[in-house]
Amino acid sequence: MRRVLAQAWAIAAKDLLLEFRSRTSFLSALVFTALVLAIFNFARDPTAVSSVDLAPSVLWITFSFAGVFGLNRAFTLEKENHAIDGLLLSPASRTALYLGKSAANLVFVGAVEAIALPLFALFFNVPLLDVLGPLVLVIALATIGFVAVGTLMSSMAVNTRFGEMLLLVLVLPFLVTPVSAGAEMTAKMLAQRPFAEWAPWLKLLAAYDITFVVLCTLVFEFTLEE
Amino acid sequence: MLIASAGSPALEVAGLAKRFGHVRALRGVAFALDAGDSLAVFGPNGAGKTTLLRVLAGLLRPDAGTVRFGGEVLERSNAAHRRRVGLISHHSLLYDGLTAAENLLFYARLYDLARPKEAAARALAGVGLQERASDPAGTFSRGMVQRLAIARALLHDPEVMLLDEPFSGLDQRAAAALRELLARLRAERRTMVLVTHNIDEGLELATHVAIQVAGRFASLGARDGDLAAYRARYAEATAGA
Repeated sequence: MRRVLAQAWAIAAKDLLLEFRSRTSFLSALVFTALVLAIFNFARDPTAVSSVDLAPSVLWITFSFAGVFGLNRAFTLEKENHAIDGLLLSPASRTALYLGKSAANLVFVGAVEAIALPLFALFFNVPLLDVLGPLVLVIALATIGFVAVGTLMSSMAVNTRFGEMLLLVLVLPFLVTPVSAGAEMTAKMLAQRPFAEWAPWLKLLAAYDITFVVLCTLVFEFTLEE
Repeated sequence: MLIASAGSPALEVAGLAKRFGHVRALRGVAFALDAGDSLAVFGPNGAGKTTLLRVLAGLLRPDAGTVRFGGEVLERSNAAHRRRVGLISHHSLLYDGLTAAENLLFYARLYDLARPKEAAARALAGVGLQERASDPAGTFSRGMVQRLAIARALLHDPEVMLLDEPFSGLDQRAAAALRELLARLRAERRTMVLVTHNIDEGLELATHVAIQVAGRFASLGARDGDLAAYRARYAEATAGA
């Protein structure tokens, strides 16, 4: 297990170093996030729908699409010089590869979300500070599930034509649960509803994470067959 | 370096077959090599040479046949088996955004080498790139990339080296340096399989020679002729292919 984790760490560190040097995907995701939030902000009619009612959906839609930028890059960078062959030739297990890629995606998507959240508060003028702790927990849980599924789908889509489009088509159906749970909980938090009202959604999100992290880890090696 | 167990060839291939749709890339390929043997596989484009190497490396699953290292059947899921092979492919398998040292360090960690930094530095020195250790691989010339790719392939001290068109795109100086390096590997008694369509470059290193046409070995045996003889055999075998 120690060896698997060390190999996963090496893969994650390599991915993050490459992204840190180029920043291409990260900056694209950030610009996309800022644009979506700005467009939603200026397109809405504040007299028809209040910020607090609209904001949760906007936040989670933005997170979902911005996150796909991160998922796309995970395996695209292995196409350069056929580096994926180097990974598959090495004694690193497929589990290490999946965990490493997922960890790098988690950091990437988490970093985009960390910058998007203050922008969201700024554009929609919602009292985030009052609910920051629970909201971060919900975002973290939803992101884990999103990344678990997205990393698996990314490995399947990378070698196909129109892989980026295919990734969206593959991933979006699986995002219904984390996105709707996240939006529901965010809405209830912003409306100052008691924990008991959104606790069932939290349990659903936790169950989703456990199910898909285990399932995707087990299934991943089959996506790399020639 | 691991040597094949007594009595078993270092690399033994039997009845390999691989099909892609209606194309039969490998048809009953079989050979056996002892430690220190070098097999040069010549063949025209599309003969299935790269497929053969990818099957030997465990990157492709054959439809039929077996690959044995020192008597043990190659299992793609077996990490110990993957450690026994080093592959130099058409592609460098390197990351342009990482420096030469970072690329090797990354692979050293994947191979779980005892002292990864020292192993990476040693491998770099082995191909004469120690002074470019901190430069991104993306800034290297084709010859330097190939040397770095060789360092990557040798990092874990594999017993079997697989080389796919290793001279492709190299200028004369870089090709000469590569020949010298491969001769050193042969002297170290590593088993090598080299595939190329260029007889001039491959023959010098070979102890055994095969000519592959349309997925099948049209001829196979210990090297027993000079360049002119093999050119004639190649022309005969590939006529009409």
